[in-house]
Amino acid sequence: MSWETVIGLEVHVQLRTRTKMFCGDRTTFGDPPNTNVCPVCLGLPGALPVPNAEAIRLATRAALALGCTIHETSVFARKNYFYPDLPKGYQISQFDKPLATGGSLTFDSGERGRIRVGITRLHVEEDAGKLLHDRFPGKTAVDLNRAGIPLAEIVSEPDLRSPAEARAYLSTLRQILVYAGVSDCSMEQGSLRVDANISIRRPGDSRLGTKAEVKNMNSFANVERALEAERARQISLVESGNPVEQVTLLFNAGTGQVKPTRSKEESHDYRYFPDPDLPPLTLTSAWIAEQRAALPELPDAKRGRLEAEYALPTYDARVLTSEPELAHYFESVVQAGVDPKTAANWVMGDVMTTYNERGAFPVAPERLGQLIGLVSRGALSHQAAKRVYGELSKTPTDDPAAVAERLGLTQVSDQGALTGWVDQVISAHPGEVSRFLNGETKLMAFFVGQVMKRSKGKADPKGVQPLLQERLRQTAESESR
Amino acid sequence: MNGAVLGGAASIAQETGKRLAAAESLNATLHWSQDLLDAEARRVDAMPSPGPLAGMPLALKDNIVTVEQPTTCGSRILGDYVSPFNATVVERLRSAGGMVAIKANMDEFAMGSSTEHSAFGRVRHPIDPSRVPGGSSGGSAALVAAGVLPAALGSETGGSVRQPASFCGVVGIKPSYGRVSRFGLVAFGSSLDCISVFGRTVKDAGRVLSVISGPDPFDATTVDRPPMRVPEPLSSLRGLTLGLPREYFPSDLHAGVAAALKAMIDRARELGAEIREVSLPHSAYAVPTYYIIAPAEAAANLARYDGVRYGLRLIGPDGDIRSLYRATRGQGFGAEVQRRILVGTYVLSAGYYDAYYRKAQQVRSLIADDFRRTFASGVDLLLTPTTPTPAFRSGEKTADPVAMYLADIFVCPINLAGLPAVSIPAGRSEGLPIGAQLIAPAFEEERLLAAAAALERAIPAEAEVR
Repeated sequence: MSWETVIGLEVHVQLRTRTKMFCGDRTTFGDPPNTNVCPVCLGLPGALPVPNAEAIRLATRAALALGCTIHETSVFARKNYFYPDLPKGYQISQFDKPLATGGSLTFDSGERGRIRVGITRLHVEEDAGKLLHDRFPGKTAVDLNRAGIPLAEIVSEPDLRSPAEARAYLSTLRQILVYAGVSDCSMEQGSLRVDANISIRRPGDSRLGTKAEVKNMNSFANVERALEAERARQISLVESGNPVEQVTLLFNAGTGQVKPTRSKEESHDYRYFPDPDLPPLTLTSAWIAEQRAALPELPDAKRGRLEAEYALPTYDARVLTSEPELAHYFESVVQAGVDPKTAANWVMGDVMTTYNERGAFPVAPERLGQLIGLVSRGALSHQAAKRVYGELSKTPTDDPAAVAERLGLTQVSDQGALTGWVDQVISAHPGEVSRFLNGETKLMAFFVGQVMKRSKGKADPKGVQPLLQERLRQTAESESR
Repeated sequence: MNGAVLGGAASIAQETGKRLAAAESLNATLHWSQDLLDAEARRVDAMPSPGPLAGMPLALKDNIVTVEQPTTCGSRILGDYVSPFNATVVERLRSAGGMVAIKANMDEFAMGSSTEHSAFGRVRHPIDPSRVPGGSSGGSAALVAAGVLPAALGSETGGSVRQPASFCGVVGIKPSYGRVSRFGLVAFGSSLDCISVFGRTVKDAGRVLSVISGPDPFDATTVDRPPMRVPEPLSSLRGLTLGLPREYFPSDLHAGVAAALKAMIDRARELGAEIREVSLPHSAYAVPTYYIIAPAEAAANLARYDGVRYGLRLIGPDGDIRSLYRATRGQGFGAEVQRRILVGTYVLSAGYYDAYYRKAQQVRSLIADDFRRTFASGVDLLLTPTTPTPAFRSGEKTADPVAMYLADIFVCPINLAGLPAVSIPAGRSEGLPIGAQLIAPAFEEERLLAAAAALERAIPAEAEVR
């Protein structure tokens, strides 16, 4: 019998602020332990939290980008539990009155085509610190640099039906959040974390099965792997007549397996109540409208626009909008006067390769425009232009034409020089010439290649072929006489 | 006590040191030193314009943090903790010329009504050492009552300044919630906590409150209103309507308290006030409501004392983190604090939240609505006894927490409503001071203190009432 998988995701993203959620400490990643701390995030007696307006703005922006309803009044609440990385003994979060509810994400799921996944809520909270187990032998150390970092928690409806869909949801979510400029969404730096809830049921069953929570996945690929493993575990449990228990599981990327945590997390009673140190967060409808208006073009809209405005194939538009920077670069190259499809080919080719390597665009779009211009004017072959591009990415301030000159790549389209090479090739290959004249026309490519070889690649191929045609015709005429 | 009058802060500091030493038997202080007093005096004397509190020595309840001295909250759990920052009120007192160098004893974490629940011993009543000074700010109250200081800071969550002010025969002002920054006040019940002021006179206390009031960017719950001004005492109460809430004058009220209030009401009438009986029916539920909300907030606020980062750390028998928590908190907190943490944890627990915490919040709104409605009906101020009895004997209520809690029956509704109120001396009964409480609408401190100063003049504070 078959099983249906039901998955819901809780994603924590770090909001891209300079300072923490409730105090003025920096949010820089990778600083020495306990250097970005103060009385507020250390939970010292008498310290009080003051909300970071920029964090609220970014969270609102994220919620708007996900189509959520923003609540004009939301309430910070204390989530109470004891843990050494939690300085106050409670985390400031939001509970029954979150910042935003009721959004959705639409994306291509693969198996089910285009699907819409509900977003239950988005709320703001502070991060806890980190326990370091490998710093001092036999001891656990506490680093509170992360304590108080602003987070948005984004909770999906249990609308996902496979581990692959979960992964696609995450990619789409990340793309939108990066576009909206609210988070770096880097799993390596902990600015995006995923907890997954998964259960199984018989197809057609409307009730949800008992869910397990899977944590500790450090990449989207591992979210998919972990969920595959947990789905298999649940199916084999149920098929051997055992119930699924509500557990929290940790994924081990090394073994590819999930294992229950030792702590009894499921028995936690967090005793949420409104934080009396923080008045309810009130946002005016005018301010919310302002944030909505300031929202940048989001991936779906940009993809559609690129397709329509530049007559690009869907595939090209999808690749170019995978990151906002890439699309922006593409549009700048077009602006520099390049034909859109040619620009798209360049950006999806050499430009993307260097961008992926370096995380930046070494060649300014105007320079790339100049380079492509040399090709379209016949001054440079496409192959030669790729070499010039490689050179330019090392010395970005150089003029493309000067680089081509320096490398000796400038094309020769001068009739006299071209005729010289063509004549040399014809007299050097009498056998091929007679075969050509006997109808083996595909040898034209051979002759062009030979001319390029003799010219060391400098001959303009567009000028070479007509000349060859002409000379070969003349040869035929003189032979038939 | 003004520096300009007595010839410089330095001599006041010396004199204060002598008085503190003489009052040692009260056990009212936890930390003070002549060196620090003298340093404060030098700082004040060097100020180009010392400000409204020039040379005034002040004590802080030991739940207000300073960088020079430990802040213990009267608890073992903080050990010898010294704060790396000063409370906002400390900065404000100092820039106004106040000398801040004395930390006063208190009930542990401000939980108590007698200052018997301090880990560092009980505070004695300055008039009768066998009695309690009230609490939880008993140390500050005793220092002002004993004539050591003209004013001192305490804190209120459920009457912890007005009640000891009443017991000790001094003035105690609790401002509106949000009027004074809580930044640097160690939290107990954050939605109720107010730094409050003791003074020998309404004027002294008012001057101090004026200096410490006003918004603070470090406390999101302060209200954006300018600092309170010190009002001139009214020469007449003509045009003023004083409400007497009948629930605050029960038939079994202590005879001395009843007599003192009657005398106060007569004086008010003579001064031209119109007296009107009113009703605040939901105040009857204030004590149980308070003992749900305050412990709930306290349970969360006190979770940070876990032995991980500062203060007391006891490893415990098992050597793991739970054992450390259990040992540190089990031995670091006193019985009353543990009782309230347990109550607070219980009322927020799944399945009990609606029945206790949510219900208490609803009742809290009803209590506040009673006050709002009464003030809206043309009543300017309310007049009540501050406490049902004069100071009781030490040990009298320690075995019965509920009896102790009821000592705050007339003061804690005002904390739940967030209103300003003052307790002023209303004479003595069998030698023990009685306090009268005046209550004003939110942020009407100036009206409150102008009337209080007029009544203070009309009643001889140390006279026996009959």
